[in-house]
Amino acid sequence: MEADLVRRVKSDPNYQKLVTTRSRYGWLLALAVMVVYYGFTALNAWDKQFMASKIGNGVMSWGVPLGLFVIVFTVVVTAIYVRRANREFDALTEAIHRNAAAGAPAAPATAATQTIQPTQRRA
Amino acid sequence: MSKIFRNAGALALFAAAGSALAAPDLGQATKQATNWTAIVMFAGFVLLTLFITKWASKRTRSASDFYTAGGGISGFQNGLAIAGDFMSAASFLGISAAVFLDGFDGLIYAIGFLVGWPVLTFLMAERLRNLGRFTFADVAAYRFAQKPVRLFAASGTLVVVLFYLIAQMVGAGQLIKLLFGLDYWIAVVLVGVLMMVYVLFGGMTATTWVQIIKAVMLLAGTTFMAFSVLSMFNFSPEALFAKAVEVHAKGDAIMGPGTFIKDPISGISFGMALMFGTAGLPHILMRFFTVPNAKEARKSVLWATTWIGYFYMLVFIIGFGAIVLVGTNPMFKDAAGKLLGGNNMAAVHLAKAVGGDIFLGFISAVAFATILAVVAGLTLSGASAVSHDLYATVIKKGQPAPGSELRVSRMTTICLGVIAVLLGIVFEKQNVAFMVSLAFAIAASANFPVLFMSVLWSRCTTRGATVGGFLGLATAVGLTVLSKSVWVDVFHNTAPIFPYTSPALFSMFVGFAGVWLFSITDNGPRAAIDRAGFEAQEVRSETGIGASGASAH
Repeated sequence: MEADLVRRVKSDPNYQKLVTTRSRYGWLLALAVMVVYYGFTALNAWDKQFMASKIGNGVMSWGVPLGLFVIVFTVVVTAIYVRRANREFDALTEAIHRNAAAGAPAAPATAATQTIQPTQRRA
Repeated sequence: MSKIFRNAGALALFAAAGSALAAPDLGQATKQATNWTAIVMFAGFVLLTLFITKWASKRTRSASDFYTAGGGISGFQNGLAIAGDFMSAASFLGISAAVFLDGFDGLIYAIGFLVGWPVLTFLMAERLRNLGRFTFADVAAYRFAQKPVRLFAASGTLVVVLFYLIAQMVGAGQLIKLLFGLDYWIAVVLVGVLMMVYVLFGGMTATTWVQIIKAVMLLAGTTFMAFSVLSMFNFSPEALFAKAVEVHAKGDAIMGPGTFIKDPISGISFGMALMFGTAGLPHILMRFFTVPNAKEARKSVLWATTWIGYFYMLVFIIGFGAIVLVGTNPMFKDAAGKLLGGNNMAAVHLAKAVGGDIFLGFISAVAFATILAVVAGLTLSGASAVSHDLYATVIKKGQPAPGSELRVSRMTTICLGVIAVLLGIVFEKQNVAFMVSLAFAIAASANFPVLFMSVLWSRCTTRGATVGGFLGLATAVGLTVLSKSVWVDVFHNTAPIFPYTSPALFSMFVGFAGVWLFSITDNGPRAAIDRAGFEAQEVRSETGIGASGASAH
């Protein structure tokens, strides 16, 4: 990729926004998954009694719904990321592609960036 | 050391595990009477997949067709194929056996295999698709000197693939002996030959469709089983669990954590191997290059995660169903009160209990198909490491003669097939239970750190990536050899030198620290080029500008 194109893309405010927002969001959700999973593992290692304790009068223990919660959480958190990426990050990426293809210095106020602004709080 | 690794590792292996848990020799998997329903159903599956291979072979002309099906797989299809690649017979038979034996502990084990997917989605999937073409080495070596990094990546790929492959082949032989009543070696040769045919003639297109069909069959079969079990209890999990607690030898202990997580360090280390290993398995990473762009890559992981998560929930229900319906039925037990064919047969017996002989045949065929789909994916990944990374890029410096790269990948496929069959036969009586966990640990400690640092850390250099990667690989293998699963179970020493279940916590640290240390101290001329290349790599990894198949503007 020519240096000129790299510079142009990097100076596009959409690019800055995409990289910062997406990376922060990705790390935040990855952290959430780790907290949930290693939390679950830690409970199984340190507090076996709690995991085996009964929820009600039946045989159902806390461990089972918590384990199923980890499975559902894993799927849901992936869906949440993909949903935002499909809407917001793809729109930003398209705007970056358009600006890069146009060859012009990045224009922050093109129609493309306008359309995605309502979802953003950009100064 | 621990029962935990015994359990964990053993469970990772389907058929071998039943005997590995009970006794060290695998000869316990007794040969069953020839099961004709299963054979007819499986023959149907083979005919269908061979037909698809014939169709796919017409579309496999270039290296790109061979490695990535020309990049034309949709996100939904690829999601199913990833699920088909990942849900091995280990997941199905091994985890249902774990639930059958220990209840809740089986759920802990299953969850570990799922949690790597979101991490892979959030941090790696799109960047991988934007940077790579055929193999994960394309990404790892993007801005570095090709030769050393490709050498490392090909080694990482081949080591992971071989360990995974041996585990699958030995398991396949045991399982087929049990399910179909064929001799061990015939079963291994059959698996080897079919997998070679798929990959050789149909490349990624055929492999993908084998995986998709298998995933659909497996999901359909397990859904039916779980549904049948729940319907017997008026769809009340509480009623199912109550009955299971009543009849299980361990009683109420099956509702809480048992011995699976022996100590916190082993638990977390094993969890890390599974979580980050998923993001370093070459045959899984390769699947991201079969879709046209980052958006479809993202969709494929969401579909894959959904199917795999759903599948593990079903397997948990199936395990409890087996406790109630199989564990209490003398028809499924031998004179000593043991499960016929070993504990890994719990789900298979349950198939008979809920669906009779026809459904038993179907589930047996599904188990066989499952192995085929996984070994085909592994072989394809190993073949691309040799032909694309070693031959085309390192030996031919990126300028292979037209058609020669494809020829080399086909030759490698044959070699890998033969090696897999031979190793499968050699390891028949060995305890290979540790091999799948080892493959995950290596993927997490060698492949993952190099990929991660090369994509996200601007100061990473050729030297750092290569040395760090090899250090991670060596540590993972070394600590596994010193742990109970090899040091005691294979070499028959009295006590393990490395006390924990999984090396990942330590070997991942070594991998990352190695990449870091040998990068920051690297001030050679190559290091300057490596670092200068980061900006362009970052722009492409974030936006896909310049990536093949991405937005032709």
